[in-house]
Amino acid sequence: MAGASRAPTQENNMNHKASVEQVRVEDLHKSYGDHEVLKGVSLTANSGDVISIIGSSGSGKSTWLRCINFLECPTAGRILVAGKEVALVRNRKGELVVKDAHQLQQIRTRLSMVFQHFNLWSHMTVLENVVEAPVHVLGLSKAEARERAERYLERVGVWKFRDAYPAHMSGGQQQRVAIARALAMEPAVLLFDEPTSALDPELVGEVLKVMRSLAEEGRTMMVVTHEMGFAREVSNHVIFVHQGRVEEEGDPREVLVRPRSERLQQFLSGNLK
Amino acid sequence: MELFDLSVITGSLPEFWRGLWMTLQLTGFALLFGFFAAIPLAVLRLSPNRLVSTPVAAYTYFFRGTPMLVQLLLVYYGASQWEWMRAAWEAGHPLWTLFREPYFCALFAFGLNTCAYTVEILAGSMRNTPHGELEAAKAMGMTRLKALQRIVIPSALRRMIPTYSNEVILMLQGSAIASAVTLVDLTGAARNVYSRHFAPFEAFVFVGLIYLMLTFVLVGLFKLAEQRWLAHLAPRKAGAGRSS
Repeated sequence: MAGASRAPTQENNMNHKASVEQVRVEDLHKSYGDHEVLKGVSLTANSGDVISIIGSSGSGKSTWLRCINFLECPTAGRILVAGKEVALVRNRKGELVVKDAHQLQQIRTRLSMVFQHFNLWSHMTVLENVVEAPVHVLGLSKAEARERAERYLERVGVWKFRDAYPAHMSGGQQQRVAIARALAMEPAVLLFDEPTSALDPELVGEVLKVMRSLAEEGRTMMVVTHEMGFAREVSNHVIFVHQGRVEEEGDPREVLVRPRSERLQQFLSGNLK
Repeated sequence: MELFDLSVITGSLPEFWRGLWMTLQLTGFALLFGFFAAIPLAVLRLSPNRLVSTPVAAYTYFFRGTPMLVQLLLVYYGASQWEWMRAAWEAGHPLWTLFREPYFCALFAFGLNTCAYTVEILAGSMRNTPHGELEAAKAMGMTRLKALQRIVIPSALRRMIPTYSNEVILMLQGSAIASAVTLVDLTGAARNVYSRHFAPFEAFVFVGLIYLMLTFVLVGLFKLAEQRWLAHLAPRKAGAGRSS
């Protein structure tokens, strides 16, 4: 079954960086039992936006991102992908799940995720990792997928490792492969879940460099991160999450330089490097 | 009388050959059946639906909880206890008459036995799939079935190779009990030779050596399989995957 195919008009719009709404989250709540992790958070990502979501650990920022592609299921709220509301139904555990399996697959192929721990498929070589989903989810031919995979591996600078296994590579290289794997889906939005948090300090740079260049290409990105430099210099919107709520948000050059809330001031002073 | 009379062996070589062939058939077919049947059963074994997983768990529990010899005797001698089974035999029913054949009964018991072990080995390996890899499969839009097919099962099959090699070797040795239902496998051949010549040493040492050699070949094959399919878990070779 072929996954999401983007309408050509949207493709054009993306190239011209017109403000086409890609993802909108409205009043999202998420609880684990009695513990409410997200207490009503909202955001809108238009094409070309690079949104950084920052906050201390346990603030709910990762959960928020993972609710957007339904790796976790919210308990309340609305999500719109490409302007279309995701139809949700409540399951027995009281969570909202996507009603239609086809729509769920469309969402997940539109929004590609890069994980903190890379999550590459360990029994596959680098090339096989990147070819896998385009062939078996999008339905591309093997030749087409391979050509695409090699292009993106080249793009992130790990083409020469194409026949290596993930376990035989450094964390930075693995994460770049994971980025290539996400790119090979040619998604509308890239979701990054703390992409540099599991890396040795000296490997963080190579991954950030790739992410920065993707942002410069005009790709739409949502990044949960602890990298304040990235948030400040690369993103055009920053959201500070504290205890499941959006405490402060706006232009990073404004918000991170002159934080208004006491929480963000504390957070930033603890994060100054 | 010599301590080790080679002529006993050389004189009975054709018999040993037939025994070897029988052992290889029984072991090979049972393993083949057990392996391929174990894949869907392991998936069912891990189903969150109790109604699906419990029968499979009960099956593996029974076959792992009783000796294979008992299972073999139960199938071979037990079948004729059913009135309807005997009636089917009289009528020449194509399926049920199979249970008159010691060869089929041995395959049946061995196949179900090794399958039960393989289900548990594979299910355990599937359970150990790194959570993140499953999550990545989901996030890339794979359905549950696709993720099983493309990620969970291929990865689990590879990781189970070392454990499964044990099962294969145990099956080879275990097939020796086929002689209990009149089949002449390697062990059966040795027993015949022994009773004919009253030369226990010659007969049993010789088949013992054949079993050893078969095991040696199996170990070698599994080593090759590991090199081929477990390369991703092997320590990195010098130079590979290093940035220049």
